[in-house]
Amino acid sequence: MKSLAELDAIRKSALENMKVRKDNQGFKIVIGMATCGIAAGARPIMNAFVEELNKRSINVPVTMTGCVGVCRLEPMADVIDENGNKTTYIMLTPEKVEKIVQNHIVNGQIVSEYTINSTQAVF
Amino acid sequence: MKDLSLHILDIVQNSIKAKALNINIELEILEDNLVLTINDDGCGISEEILKNIFDPFITTRTTRKVGLGLSLLKTNVEFAGGKVQIESIKHKGTKVTAWMPVNNIDRKPLGNLAETIKLLILSDNSMNMTLKLINGKKTMQFDTTEIKKQIDGVDINNNEVINWIYEYINEGIIEIFGGVLNEITC
Repeated sequence: MKSLAELDAIRKSALENMKVRKDNQGFKIVIGMATCGIAAGARPIMNAFVEELNKRSINVPVTMTGCVGVCRLEPMADVIDENGNKTTYIMLTPEKVEKIVQNHIVNGQIVSEYTINSTQAVF
Repeated sequence: MKDLSLHILDIVQNSIKAKALNINIELEILEDNLVLTINDDGCGISEEILKNIFDPFITTRTTRKVGLGLSLLKTNVEFAGGKVQIESIKHKGTKVTAWMPVNNIDRKPLGNLAETIKLLILSDNSMNMTLKLINGKKTMQFDTTEIKKQIDGVDINNNEVINWIYEYINEGIIEIFGGVLNEITC
């Protein structure tokens, strides 16, 4: 069984590793985590974002928000850049998350086909 | 919802919306029941709303006119022969308690509780959260305040810390509930 004493070693290692992690580049990711989002699979989506960012040693805050009123498009996530521009990605899967992190967060290219403005999101 | 960990995530979201600073989650095997308690010190619920709290068309939100979370929990718990109770005092906090017969075939499995806790901490590292698992004399307690003290100078959101928390909770679940909740094997 793990003990709290292990946290001391983790603390030392984390302090070292903090120096090599890349800056957050001004991005923020917000996941829809209301009842509709959770039921549609938002938890593994948020976890996929966290794991993808960690894999690349990028510090970007990933947080949760409530229902925005378009439950049928869940799981959804907003990627907000340093200027406050919001891109809403819809009907996410872990595979889509991998591409969004690679293209949008790392290379600054919006993945248009997964956004709320794409043809599949006609109201 | 497929499992209890998703219901817990959903209910704790309500606590966060209610501006709770302290959220306590407890899972206890009490005789033949699994008892889930979620307690917060958020803004509480008015008596008027509380009377109809399980009505899916009752919500305090303005973005939509349905509030499905508690209604879904009640449906799932009662389907498995259990019951749900909500107590709340305005400006003091809310307590949700669900009793479920452990061995009822329709009881929802616990699910990935460690992932729920991990993501809640990542989403809002300012709140204090405790998780207590109890099975007779065996107990396991996780407290973010205690963790924060131990890792002084490092954010609780740090990847290495979060991974440790995830594994710590998973081990605790196996240790406390392994072989009792039949979906968790030792």
